[in-house]
Amino acid sequence: MINSKHKYSLAHRIKSSWVSYLMLIPFFSLVLFFIVIPVSAAIVLSFTDFNMVEFPKWVGWLNYQRLFIEDQTFLIALKNTLFFALVNGPISYIFAFIMAWIINEMPRKFRVFMTVVFYAPSISGNIYFIWTYLFNGDQYGIANSFLMNMNIIKEPIQWLTDAKYNMTIVILIQIWLSLGVGFLSFIAGLQSIDISQYEAGIIDGIKNRFQRLWYITIPNMKSMLLFGAVIQIAGALSVGDVTQALTGGYTSMNYSTMTIINYITDYATQRYEMGYASAIGVVLFILVVVCKKSLFRLFRS
Amino acid sequence: MVLPFVYAVASSFKPPTEFFLFPPPFFPINPVFDNYKDLSVVLSNMWVPFERYVFNSTVIAAITSVVYLFIAAMSAFPLAKHDFPGKKVFLSVITLALMFTPAITGIPQYVVMTQLGLIDNMWGVILPALSSTLGVYLCINYLEIIPDTILESARIDGANEIRVWWSIIMPNIKPSLFTMLIFEFQAIWMSSGGNVLYSEQYKTLPAALGQVATAGIARAGVGSAASVIMMIPPLVIFIISQTIVIDTMTHSGIKG
Repeated sequence: MINSKHKYSLAHRIKSSWVSYLMLIPFFSLVLFFIVIPVSAAIVLSFTDFNMVEFPKWVGWLNYQRLFIEDQTFLIALKNTLFFALVNGPISYIFAFIMAWIINEMPRKFRVFMTVVFYAPSISGNIYFIWTYLFNGDQYGIANSFLMNMNIIKEPIQWLTDAKYNMTIVILIQIWLSLGVGFLSFIAGLQSIDISQYEAGIIDGIKNRFQRLWYITIPNMKSMLLFGAVIQIAGALSVGDVTQALTGGYTSMNYSTMTIINYITDYATQRYEMGYASAIGVVLFILVVVCKKSLFRLFRS
Repeated sequence: MVLPFVYAVASSFKPPTEFFLFPPPFFPINPVFDNYKDLSVVLSNMWVPFERYVFNSTVIAAITSVVYLFIAAMSAFPLAKHDFPGKKVFLSVITLALMFTPAITGIPQYVVMTQLGLIDNMWGVILPALSSTLGVYLCINYLEIIPDTILESARIDGANEIRVWWSIIMPNIKPSLFTMLIFEFQAIWMSSGGNVLYSEQYKTLPAALGQVATAGIARAGVGSAASVIMMIPPLVIFIISQTIVIDTMTHSGIKG
């Protein structure tokens, strides 16, 4: 029933898998209504001119032409988003894995405490205004007053508005925010590895923790590592809330921290050009598909 | 790592004057409870009793997290361990939907919800949250670690697939279930339901506290107090879940 391979006809295979479909129904009916239908609608809208008042007008590839040929600002958003994906993704991925590994090797009592410490950012993550106090542009900002007291700087730095600093600050904050999810899933993965595998490893001549990590732990949690990578890339490509809350996103100076998400929000909620906003969304969607495909290829090897 | 978190807690005990000192103190010099008192005064003067917001948020978060664990784990099992026509399509939907951006699908989704009669109704917050694919994806990946041999032995004993799922899979994927619980609870707890809930009596705690904690240094203390209150439930859920995960899984792992 379960491993019905290709020797049976398709109709027969569908029929014999009814239990599998039954188990998928509750979740996927929700996915159909709240994800598949809205996303398909957005794809259709990307070929129209839609201002949310009048009925959408079909314009063919016009939105895409405008996006790639005329729109210079889109290239900035694309560049910033890719920058996030390439810098932020790998750093927080590797850091989350190393921390999960170190914490997992610790004695039990300490471990619970350390996971709390490490997961704290994710819990307090939505509270962006704390960052604005820390990186306030005047002397009352914690970062400025600290540096001024140490005589490292004389004048307060406009951390969040100066195009020289704001990208760095946002990346730091985003790394800090994005660690939690990867970290927790790595912890869950590490804890599922059968201890007897480690015992067998000792017999096979594994001498230290690093060999154990390389020859037993990593091969055994490959699927969780892939999960972490997909989440990190997805997170990095959909950065938008942080830049919006801290540096203004599409209003930041010279669009220095504007991401694709900020750009979409701008067109969707400020200019009411839903067709164009949808086209940008579709491009982002394609970018995700490409990233996902290359990640899967990377992990299969 | 915890610095901003600690700073939020510390700030919630600062009297207003300490926000205007130079250099600004990281910890309060004279810790006071004034911010929490002010917050309770503001909240008790609201049009709808404060308990109502707490009630709304708790009901929404509880239903969402519990239902999600079941339907997500139930759909992850066939996707990870069965072979059936169309499996690849379902799997791609899961991974692609991780990138679901509300900015884009917001308008069509709103139309769908209006058609289903979900506007200004707590189900309008719950049902879309249940369609999150993050937990299902986590669960599928976790299931790959579980060896097929333990499933086969149950099948030989005559268990049907629902039974295999419930009595073999569910107990063995506890770490991922609790991890899912943490993600889902936190997401739903922090969601304000702003674009769905209009009537004041249906609104959630984050929506109510958000009105109090609007930025501005004069209200920094009260704002911090509000955030600290918001952080407590996810923190409690997190600590309980992690303790259980670590207790049940340490040195047992999954026997193949």
